[in-house]
Amino acid sequence: MIRFLLDGQVTEIEAGAQETALHLIRERLGRKGTKEGCGEGDCGACTVLLGEIVEGTVQWRAVNSCILFAPMLDGKALVTVESLGTPDRLCAVQGEMVARHGSQCGFCTPGFIMSLEGRARGGLGTVGQNGPRPVADVLSGNLCRCTGYGPILDSAAACPPALRDDGDVLAGLAALPRGEGENWHAPRSADELAALLVDYPDARLVAGATDVGLWVTKQLRDLGRVIFIGDVADLRGIEESEAGVTLGAAVRYSEGWDVLARLHPDLGELVRRIAGTPVRNAGTIGGNIANGSPIGDMPPALIALGATLTLRRGDVRREMALEDYFLAYGKQDRREGEFVEGIFIPRPAPDAVIAITKLSKRFDSDISAVLGAFHLSIENGMIARARIAFGGMAATPKRAHATEEALIGKPWEEATIEAAIPALARDYQPLSDVRGSSAYRLAVAGNLLRRLWLAHNGEAVSVLEVGHD
Amino acid sequence: MTEVHTPHAHDSARLHVMGAAAYIDDLPHPAGLLHLAFGLSARAHARVLAMDLSAVRAAPGVVGVYTAGDIPGDNNVGPLRHDEPLLATSEVHFAGQPIFLVAAQSHDQARRAARLAKVDYEDLPAHLTVAQALAAGDYIEPTQRMARGDADAALAASPRRLHGALEIGGQEHFYLEGQIAQAMPMEDGQTHVWSSTQHPSEVQHLVAHLLGRPSADVTVEARRLGGGFGGKETQATAPAAACALVAMKTGRPARLRYDRDDDMILTGKRHDFTIRYDVGFDDKGVLTGLKLELASRCGISMDLSPSINDRAMFHADNAYWLPAVEILSHRLRTNTVSNTAFRGFGGPQGMIAIERIMDDVAAAVGRDPLDVRRANLYAPGRDITPYGMRVADNVAPQIMDELSLSCDYAARRAAVAAFNASHRVLKKGIALTPVKFGISFTAQHLNQAGALVLVYADGSVQLNHGGIEMGQGLYTKVAQVVADVFALPLSRIRITATRTDKVPNTSATAASSGSDLNGMAAYYAAMEIRGRMAAWLAAQNGVAVEDVRFTPEGVVAGDTTMPFSALARMAYMARVQLWASGFYATPEIHYDRAAHHGRPFYYFAYGAACSEVVIDTLTGEHKVLRTDILHDAGRSLNPAIDLGQVEGGFIQGMGWLTTEELVFHPDGRLLSHAPSTYKIPTASDRPAHMDIRLWERGENVEPTIHRSKAVGEPPFMLAISVFSALSEAVKAAAPGVGLPALDAPATPERILKAIAELKAR
Repeated sequence: MIRFLLDGQVTEIEAGAQETALHLIRERLGRKGTKEGCGEGDCGACTVLLGEIVEGTVQWRAVNSCILFAPMLDGKALVTVESLGTPDRLCAVQGEMVARHGSQCGFCTPGFIMSLEGRARGGLGTVGQNGPRPVADVLSGNLCRCTGYGPILDSAAACPPALRDDGDVLAGLAALPRGEGENWHAPRSADELAALLVDYPDARLVAGATDVGLWVTKQLRDLGRVIFIGDVADLRGIEESEAGVTLGAAVRYSEGWDVLARLHPDLGELVRRIAGTPVRNAGTIGGNIANGSPIGDMPPALIALGATLTLRRGDVRREMALEDYFLAYGKQDRREGEFVEGIFIPRPAPDAVIAITKLSKRFDSDISAVLGAFHLSIENGMIARARIAFGGMAATPKRAHATEEALIGKPWEEATIEAAIPALARDYQPLSDVRGSSAYRLAVAGNLLRRLWLAHNGEAVSVLEVGHD
Repeated sequence: MTEVHTPHAHDSARLHVMGAAAYIDDLPHPAGLLHLAFGLSARAHARVLAMDLSAVRAAPGVVGVYTAGDIPGDNNVGPLRHDEPLLATSEVHFAGQPIFLVAAQSHDQARRAARLAKVDYEDLPAHLTVAQALAAGDYIEPTQRMARGDADAALAASPRRLHGALEIGGQEHFYLEGQIAQAMPMEDGQTHVWSSTQHPSEVQHLVAHLLGRPSADVTVEARRLGGGFGGKETQATAPAAACALVAMKTGRPARLRYDRDDDMILTGKRHDFTIRYDVGFDDKGVLTGLKLELASRCGISMDLSPSINDRAMFHADNAYWLPAVEILSHRLRTNTVSNTAFRGFGGPQGMIAIERIMDDVAAAVGRDPLDVRRANLYAPGRDITPYGMRVADNVAPQIMDELSLSCDYAARRAAVAAFNASHRVLKKGIALTPVKFGISFTAQHLNQAGALVLVYADGSVQLNHGGIEMGQGLYTKVAQVVADVFALPLSRIRITATRTDKVPNTSATAASSGSDLNGMAAYYAAMEIRGRMAAWLAAQNGVAVEDVRFTPEGVVAGDTTMPFSALARMAYMARVQLWASGFYATPEIHYDRAAHHGRPFYYFAYGAACSEVVIDTLTGEHKVLRTDILHDAGRSLNPAIDLGQVEGGFIQGMGWLTTEELVFHPDGRLLSHAPSTYKIPTASDRPAHMDIRLWERGENVEPTIHRSKAVGEPPFMLAISVFSALSEAVKAAAPGVGLPALDAPATPERILKAIAELKAR
């Protein structure tokens, strides 16, 4: 039995790991305003808001209900499009969307309304350290095929984030007794999690479900026993120090965004380019590492920066360099009963030459064809150290050792770069797939090294930083 | 008379934002509802040696499993030719073809069961691409030829001449609401079908044949579609037919909603084209002769491919005079899903061919491509299309002139050149391209529509017509027309779902014709009722019928004014018929397809766009920085809705030419079958600076409804400006060697490839 707040009322309902929140909302709550567009967290038609208590206030976040498991609603406040305005009194974003002709076929519209409402509430991922994030970034997880987006962007601009009184929700959440789903464990502490995993080493660990959700909706897999780590308070910690940044394994992208951006602006830009807001509001950096995908965007970047991983089994912890975690395609160095507890990313030297570049067909909410991450230390005009890692080039996120060797100890100049580029072919033999051909991947990897040199010498290299004439 | 030419909100806008607009999947589940799923072929071309469905039948919740042999009537969902079975028989012809149908208690159970079949295939030779089908000589119909003059002689005599080729990828519709239908068995063999279709009459017709019943036994209803874009013109039939079949077999209601991956795998897409040209021109870039070959991948069956490819030929002139021309159009049959209608309907592929030629010629003669385009525009004395139709309404030159001034084209082109001279990695491009798009179905009989207007005794009005609301605002526009006739506020018109039992024999809502056809039919219906009311009131008050006026203040007859509702009541009491049907058939059009000659279009819609882009020559990444659009919607029925069509069409066209890439495995399976791998534009892809205006002087020269012009498809092709601008930017990466051989979609990979090819010249 799980419990959540729905429009101020405590809703108590049976829910198991094989059911999505979207199914529960549409078929069991009868709220048909939330739509299924893709069933994989890419289109945003199923967007809803979740509220939970974070540091004494209600944190709202837009998420994709199609790949959210129903038990993840436990202990939260759920807001669907039906929770907002009435026919006589539309809420502000609804009113603006009508006035500015923001809907055509209307099927994506409830999802946009929820993302815009999340922004109007100052929800997770919509406001950064420099203020409200650009509307297009907030809406990067919502696809519209009719409007061309202009009227929707205008509607959002007319509804800026505003303070609101969430006192009732706060009180309701504080008073909500927690439940648990069928075949579903939601430990509250890392100790509890560690003990559970020792008892159930075969259990499936789920953090944001932004990947595992698709195993159910697309592959129709049976997850068996699930341990959900999203409510493990001590895995959600973020520590920032002179030495670097430590992220708990359950820190969501949106939560770690600012601290990563402070570590290096390219890391911030990388987070912006990962998925869309609802996925960044659910998916975790730890999960992106732990599931070992060869196209995960964070691992190559963090490998280049020299990140280390803490794994834990029971009370036993071990640390390893991040690159050593990835053994082979689909195989990671995680032992039975072990879980990723945290990631430490050392702070790079101020004069380090760093570039992290993601290449994909579309800028927002796309998976990399190639992700190149470069981290060079220049001393007296010579390349003293080099850490280079790529995603999309091999069966795992992988360092470019041959290329690094071709650079280290050489003068920091164009000829060195050109001489090192052929080494990339020794480091990688990429595949051809839906995102790019092998030849493109190898050619563009070399070009990213050229780009690093040119950018360092003041040449403009990013199309995202150009205005029109 | 204020309800037309005003920016009313979409009739469902308030419901959309509340999540209260019901689509078929939102309908309450009727008792006993069954959920369906297709089992799909894993092979592109194979003989089915054995199909073991025992595990499917034994799966939890399964109520029935059906194969081709269970179909009582015609096993066909092909719209023109009887060549597309609902369920494959002994052979499969593309990967993803439906081969059996599961009915289960839940959607999830149906999906799970459909994966449990064991099928033994014997692979047969398959050809998947245009090139393979050309080599095999496999066509869905004979190659078509449209010609004027002696192109060979003109080319031989041309001062300059060049050859080129261009590959244009297909496009997935990606309507946000996937294909869906529901069928309810009714008494005495009748069936009621809810279908997310652009063509309810065709669904009715094909479902009836499949069930072996007359059309009168099948009613098809559609209130709204979550997007169509042509993808629900013929492709909606299969799920509707499947539901009707199961409803008949079981006596229970049945619903089929495709999962997104299934939807992308088993429904047709925009045709991909291979284009070759041989063009002659003078030193100023004025065309003297052209031979053009268009070859398209039609997929396994005919679907609408003949008309789509005809339209590619019709638009291979775009806005330009082609003095001596031969256009050959090859329509290839391939072992891939049957390609189908998609906004523009072949027009974009034909149009991009001539725009590539303009860019190529401009590069060859060293002129600004805009100057070359202007020099080739239709003009008095040079105003007959290759198919023999006079271009009587040519406003392309004015629109291009106005736009080039308002967007500051000349100064910006100079600034782009300066930028390119000072940047090593980044290069910019700018291009201004026109659109001229023919309006009418090229199949003449489709240019007809009906409407039904009911005035009730309390003065409320119900409107029904054969058009489909798929987001384009058709219902709103037609309601505006009716409100205007009665001088009632728009809110007094109750719009009702399109149903084949209210208005029969309708055409698909397609070819941008929805408002032209249904607006006029509804206008006639409303005018007939208004005429009867006015005649009765004139007689009653002893005034001439001309002196009865319907005004926002009420109905005026001589010295008296009364509310419309009062007149309705009185007319009812006096036994005046207060409802009428209206019918419209587009005049003037005729076409001889054998000769490819005639007047296939009632008129042309025009527009122009200027786009500025930047590319990264190291990665191939690119960004559209700015777009300015001037579009002619005639005297717009609803400027807000028309602007929405222009912007939405442009962005969709931009997606087709940039990020949207269909990728097939060499064995014929579609690899890009979900939004994770198929990338339509997002909000940030919209140019940061976008200026869209309707052409204020626009007015249809033909007597269309309130002199408006169709607007659904034409703006799609404004995105060709982006592709031309990208070509210009690539050209700047290796100046002086000509136009790059850039193919579409211009993904980063293709841009990098074009740069490499250019540098190797």
